[in-house]
Amino acid sequence: MMTAAAKSAERIYAVLIRHLYILRGSKARIIEIIYWPSVQMILWGFISRFFAMSGGQAGMGQKAFGILLGAVLLWDMLFRTQLGVTLSYLEEVWARNLGHLFVSPLRPWEWWMAMMVFSVLRALAGMLPATILAIPFYGYSLFDLGLPLLFFFFNLMFMGWWLGFLIMALLLKAGQGAETLAWALTFFLAPFCAVYYPISSLPGWLQPVAQAMPASHVFEGLRSIINNGVFEASHMWWAFLLNCGYMAISMFLLQLSFNSARKAGTLLQSGE
Amino acid sequence: MPFTISVKDLTKQYKNVLAVDGISFTVKKGSITALLGGNGAGKTTTIAMLLGALSPSSGSIHILGHDMLGNRYPALQRMNFSSPYVDLPWKLTVRQNLRVYGKLYNVPDVEDHIVKLAKELDMMDFIDRPVGKLSAGQKTRVSLSKALVNIPDVLLLDEPTASLDPDTADRIRTLLDDFRKKHHTTILLASHNMREVERLCDNVLMMKKGKIVDTGTPTELVKRYGRKDMEEVFLDVARGTGKGDQTGEAA
Repeated sequence: MMTAAAKSAERIYAVLIRHLYILRGSKARIIEIIYWPSVQMILWGFISRFFAMSGGQAGMGQKAFGILLGAVLLWDMLFRTQLGVTLSYLEEVWARNLGHLFVSPLRPWEWWMAMMVFSVLRALAGMLPATILAIPFYGYSLFDLGLPLLFFFFNLMFMGWWLGFLIMALLLKAGQGAETLAWALTFFLAPFCAVYYPISSLPGWLQPVAQAMPASHVFEGLRSIINNGVFEASHMWWAFLLNCGYMAISMFLLQLSFNSARKAGTLLQSGE
Repeated sequence: MPFTISVKDLTKQYKNVLAVDGISFTVKKGSITALLGGNGAGKTTTIAMLLGALSPSSGSIHILGHDMLGNRYPALQRMNFSSPYVDLPWKLTVRQNLRVYGKLYNVPDVEDHIVKLAKELDMMDFIDRPVGKLSAGQKTRVSLSKALVNIPDVLLLDEPTASLDPDTADRIRTLLDDFRKKHHTTILLASHNMREVERLCDNVLMMKKGKIVDTGTPTELVKRYGRKDMEEVFLDVARGTGKGDQTGEAA
């Protein structure tokens, strides 16, 4: 006799293998997952090297190189995680399979948990080759950041999750017409996330907006390590607390959209 | 007599449309009940509410003793559903789909069970082919196999033999009847195939404009309407011309 926890774990596993089967059956999708982060890394690697070569003060150029390339790789982690969540949902819509899922014993939280796990696997599948390729290409290893890298990763994935759920809530409410959000919303937030520049370089009125973005604190933390060799834990705490708040809001909105879809009867009709 | 499905005053009101209008009915354990009615009668809406995919505006639904408007998951574990209007992932093979759904329903020994089901539904020839590459009839069989994967106590079927050739449709009906007898499964099906209803169903709920306008066994209904078969009864109810029609529109 299975326990309730074992049953939940099996249902989460079921959703995971469903998405892994899609990947396994499509070489194009696997290549796409690895291709874009690697291309980003190569492109930004050369741009960063150019800055490094033209850096004014001794050592400044090298630091700029590390900051830019590190930021590119970490930002991609966030984007790929968000995309992993959103695409897991869209795959069900495109396959017109939502109806079967919603009338199965799969609890919403189990579905969301499976999406989070899948998004991490998907993001790592793209991120790791790009990060490893940067070592022979540019002699740059993101892993040199050491333990703080784990905190950076965690907070960026956390932000990717709630952004993914927020987009899912909007898609449930607005339908597939809003599908572009899956690719656009995270990039819309990029200018406020202080990815490539410090918060202090933003106009004064924009700085509070940037302070409210969990990713800003991660990138400030990255710059602090590279510039000063100091890991500022306060940035990670701020990122974590903000992420918790946004996750709560996203889940609330997702539940509202879900209830609204059940009321309107769109769950059984979603499809291409 | 315990009722597996018990529906009371169930209503679904969209903005300007009353899709289901205060229907009440019960379904006995191990019986096969048909929901009959023309397009827009409210059959699919009723099934969607029974499954929990659609919130009713008012009323109550109890299935296997569980309040479906409260905690529906214990009942959903013991239910299943098939509809030609809801697809299974096309890129996954039949076996992969059944494995995913077997695990979603926590089916023990799922691999053996899949093979057994595939043999019963004559699907072994295409079990490792993607669902998207199958014929309409094969897809219907796959959808039905998904609905049987957890050996449900309650099975809700929307047009279970749609797109099937007469031979396969006949074998599916036999399989459903045998399955019901073997597992005491309660089946509620929406169908437009009156021969299917006559052959399989113990009870019929005739729906029109969101209401249940008549109920009875196929034999009782045929007799009450003074017709030779269910096809003629269906036309009487749909057109409001029958002498047994209770909608007030009878000629």
